[in-house]
Amino acid sequence: MAQTMQLDIVSAEKSIFSGAVEFVSARAVHGDVGILPRHAPLLVQLQPGEVRVKMPGGEEEYFYVSGGIMEVQPNIVTVLADTAARAKDLDEAAALEAKARAERALKDRSADIDYAKAQAELAAAMAQLRAIQNLRKNLR
Amino acid sequence: MAGAKEIRAQIRSIQSTQKITRAMEMVAASKMRSAQQRMVAARPYAEKIRQVIGHLAHANPEYQHPFMQERELKRAGFIIVSSDRGLCGGLNTNLFRNVLAEMKRLQEQGVELDLCLIGNKAIQFFRRYGGTVVAQTSNLGDAPQLTDLIGTVKVMLDAYREGRIDRLVLCYNNFVNTMTQRPVLEIILPLPANGKVEQTHQWDYLYEPDPASVLELLLGRYVESLVYQSVVENIASEQAARMVAMKAASDNAGTLIDELQLAFNKARQAAITKELAEIVGGAEAV
Repeated sequence: MAQTMQLDIVSAEKSIFSGAVEFVSARAVHGDVGILPRHAPLLVQLQPGEVRVKMPGGEEEYFYVSGGIMEVQPNIVTVLADTAARAKDLDEAAALEAKARAERALKDRSADIDYAKAQAELAAAMAQLRAIQNLRKNLR
Repeated sequence: MAGAKEIRAQIRSIQSTQKITRAMEMVAASKMRSAQQRMVAARPYAEKIRQVIGHLAHANPEYQHPFMQERELKRAGFIIVSSDRGLCGGLNTNLFRNVLAEMKRLQEQGVELDLCLIGNKAIQFFRRYGGTVVAQTSNLGDAPQLTDLIGTVKVMLDAYREGRIDRLVLCYNNFVNTMTQRPVLEIILPLPANGKVEQTHQWDYLYEPDPASVLELLLGRYVESLVYQSVVENIASEQAARMVAMKAASDNAGTLIDELQLAFNKARQAAITKELAEIVGGAEAV
């Protein structure tokens, strides 16, 4: 019987695969790498692509990862997968958007403060009204 | 004493409030369960990365990434995770109070602050309080995606990398159990150096393409996963706190209804007695 190793594919959001496998192949930045049991410790940056897994018994399974990192220990392989498409400019755009949101909020500040102030005043007025009503009830 | 009719109207209005709070309680309970599952599902990733980073830092003492270097504290960044909606007891207020105390302590030492806000409540609160908000995001929903957080986190990571901030603090509510949610302020950058050095046998990974870029990628992903984890945990805390708050509200409504019911019965009885007395009085007069 062929040797097996433990494979875990995890993303930040969930665990995608966990089990014993005979062979793993993934797309690294400089080309495909194939891992058999008892491989030397290895840390590889992955490209978007397939992770091909050969299960004991010869069945093959495919998982799509959009990049990430694969860690190889002699009997354990872990794929830290990205689920979302990651590219430098995409990340950059997201960062700019988050910044823009903060700046926009800063500009709208006056309107929002007025709203908060009005809300506070309304709450105070309502409390006063309630107090007056209670007073009346007790007097009656 | 108010009339029987008014009391009845009041009872009815409290009953409908109770219906709403009870429904919210049940909704929160079911949302809390799914949030807890998400919390558990997100754990292995962060744990695995932490192991790898620990090993990397150990195997490559000569290579120092900026994220691992302790610098003199001049400016600190805060990532504050809050809920989008209210009606969840003192959850957000507790967290903000802790954050404010820490911020004040730093400001007294002459440290400036940058804020990164996640969730509507934090945005509203810190807008009034003041402070430099460099990034914000809200309306993540019940099942947040890592994608929604990437930009917000990157702003802070870039700031740290470029030396604009010297420390990054993550503030969120830690989900202990249904009854307890603990506000947590965690320093995530610089990465705490793990002191224990096991010199059993020296080994190192083979790297592709090279240690520096792999480490760079890993550390970025690590911080992102920490923030993601805290957001998920905060959602579980929010739902738990809401469930407890709504249960208390339903119970209060129940006691209020009981009291009013008693007052109503008395008022009705008084009205009947009065009417009878009048009839008897009238009959006697005739």
